[in-house]
Amino acid sequence: MTTTLATYRTPRLGPLGTAAATVIVAAVVLAAIGPALTSADPNASDFAHAYGAPEPGHALGYDGQGRDLLARLLTGARTSLLGPLWVVALSMAVGTVVAIAAAWLGGWLDSVVSAVLEVMFAFPGVLLAMLVAAVFGPGLTSAVLALAVAYVPYIARLVRSAALAERRKPYVQALEVQGAGAVAICVRHLVPNLMPLITAQATLFFGYAMVDLAIVSFFGLGVQPPDADWGVMVASGQSGVLQGYPAESLLAGGSIVLLVVAFNVLGERLSDGRRAPRPGWFPRRGGVS
Amino acid sequence: MAAYLARRAIMLAATLVVSSFVVFAGLSVAPGNPLATLAGGRSLPPDSVRVLVERYHLDEPFLVQYAMWLGNAVRGDLGVSIVLRQDVSDLIASRAGTTIALVLYAALIVLVAGVAFGLLAALRPGIVDSLVVISTAVVVAIPPFVAAIVLIGVFAVGLRWLPALGNGSGLWDGIRHLTLPAFALAASATASVARVTRTSVREQLDREHVQTAISRGIPYAAVVRRHALRNSAVPISTLAGMTVASMIALAAVVERAFGLNGLGAYLVSAVLSKDFAVVQGISLVLVASFVLVNTLVDVGAAALDPRIKLGRRS
Repeated sequence: MTTTLATYRTPRLGPLGTAAATVIVAAVVLAAIGPALTSADPNASDFAHAYGAPEPGHALGYDGQGRDLLARLLTGARTSLLGPLWVVALSMAVGTVVAIAAAWLGGWLDSVVSAVLEVMFAFPGVLLAMLVAAVFGPGLTSAVLALAVAYVPYIARLVRSAALAERRKPYVQALEVQGAGAVAICVRHLVPNLMPLITAQATLFFGYAMVDLAIVSFFGLGVQPPDADWGVMVASGQSGVLQGYPAESLLAGGSIVLLVVAFNVLGERLSDGRRAPRPGWFPRRGGVS
Repeated sequence: MAAYLARRAIMLAATLVVSSFVVFAGLSVAPGNPLATLAGGRSLPPDSVRVLVERYHLDEPFLVQYAMWLGNAVRGDLGVSIVLRQDVSDLIASRAGTTIALVLYAALIVLVAGVAFGLLAALRPGIVDSLVVISTAVVVAIPPFVAAIVLIGVFAVGLRWLPALGNGSGLWDGIRHLTLPAFALAASATASVARVTRTSVREQLDREHVQTAISRGIPYAAVVRRHALRNSAVPISTLAGMTVASMIALAAVVERAFGLNGLGAYLVSAVLSKDFAVVQGISLVLVASFVLVNTLVDVGAAALDPRIKLGRRS
């Protein structure tokens, strides 16, 4: 524990960071209690109300199929937050384990891992998600798995170089001399010390995953209608935009942008400059060298 | 430089081989047999089945199938679309122009507007700088499909300046139809290039050689052009190049939003209609271009800044 305290101070969030954290907490709370806030059924359509204006009991009005927009926005918040959570959890877990194993064992394993990661950078996440949707059929699960795989190299490279630096530090060598096992050192000391870095990346990547999942759902390859999801709503609201009723697309798109900005700001505050590049956008560069 | 180029060429070839293998392997990973996957669940007449078996060498072992497929792909034969009964290569060729034009148009916007706004912010501290910094911070977070919706709502539906959907016909009409999509694709990237340009030029202006040049009485515009901007060329062009690479995959989003007949939109509709040969063909082309552009960007950066090839990589 002492080593953790020595190297890690709680980062100051500042006013912007606090605002970002507030937005995220508010979104999570709204997603959790959302359906209790409105009595409307998110999937009940009533074509008499298509593109209907807000009225009592339906605070945001209706979409093109006469479904309650507030109910859909709140239900959509669940999938739109849970999807990225899975992507981040999976890619962080796999990326960290692979990276620490490669950094600790070194030798041919490290070379193989580095080579595999290098090749994995060739696939933009969204493209891999489309390929996986073609192979296993569209759906949120396919999209989540594909994006998790596509994000692994970005996490793994950053964690690997951080773990390499950590491994050379005296406390690790002292533990080795004392006869502590490799797994024990990694689990009890290395991972806790890398945790701030990993948390910061997880926060940043949550925003990226949110955009990429929304893109896949926008294509119709992620969350399947009639289930509510912000990406699906942007797509299904597009015909409304053309007819002069942009509410559905703008509300869903605005929610995505707001949360992505919040995750970005918070992640940047937590990361003190060390960040992996945006997957599928800026490959191979960045990170700690 | 030769050794560096050779290393990059080997890496490029290895990446292309492995990624083409991943694209091909989808066929045999898919649930059900490859024939059913290629047919997309449709029942085919016997002679169509025979054509598919022959074309994909389905009676051969897996690795032979892959080798044959890759050999054909290199020679420009990407199989046959089960939906349209046409060669995938022809279908790709007829749509590639739209995507290439879209990406180039967007790249032009990214470079011109990104560098212009970045320079403006770097050279005019105060209110102009703050405006650019704040607006780019917002725009950088707007994903292309949201940008597309907003642009359609404002400029096509609200102001009626530009068309919202379709490719258009003829050069001028085509450019008009590509304008909103290009801006939607370029928005976020323009903001990030502007930010990098601003930071980098600011940094250069504070350097000693620039201060010396200014104190020697060399006109400020010449100093900015010859020293500050030229030394910022590496980070700017690297970021811009990688942005172009990312647009190859992201073009699908705006093509879909604006109903453009490009490669990305066709890939999405091929996935939805289970036209597996088309999915493979387009994925291969897109991944190859993505990897190729990224390699060119790296090599270009090494040519601009010889320190890079001496191994700054981790």
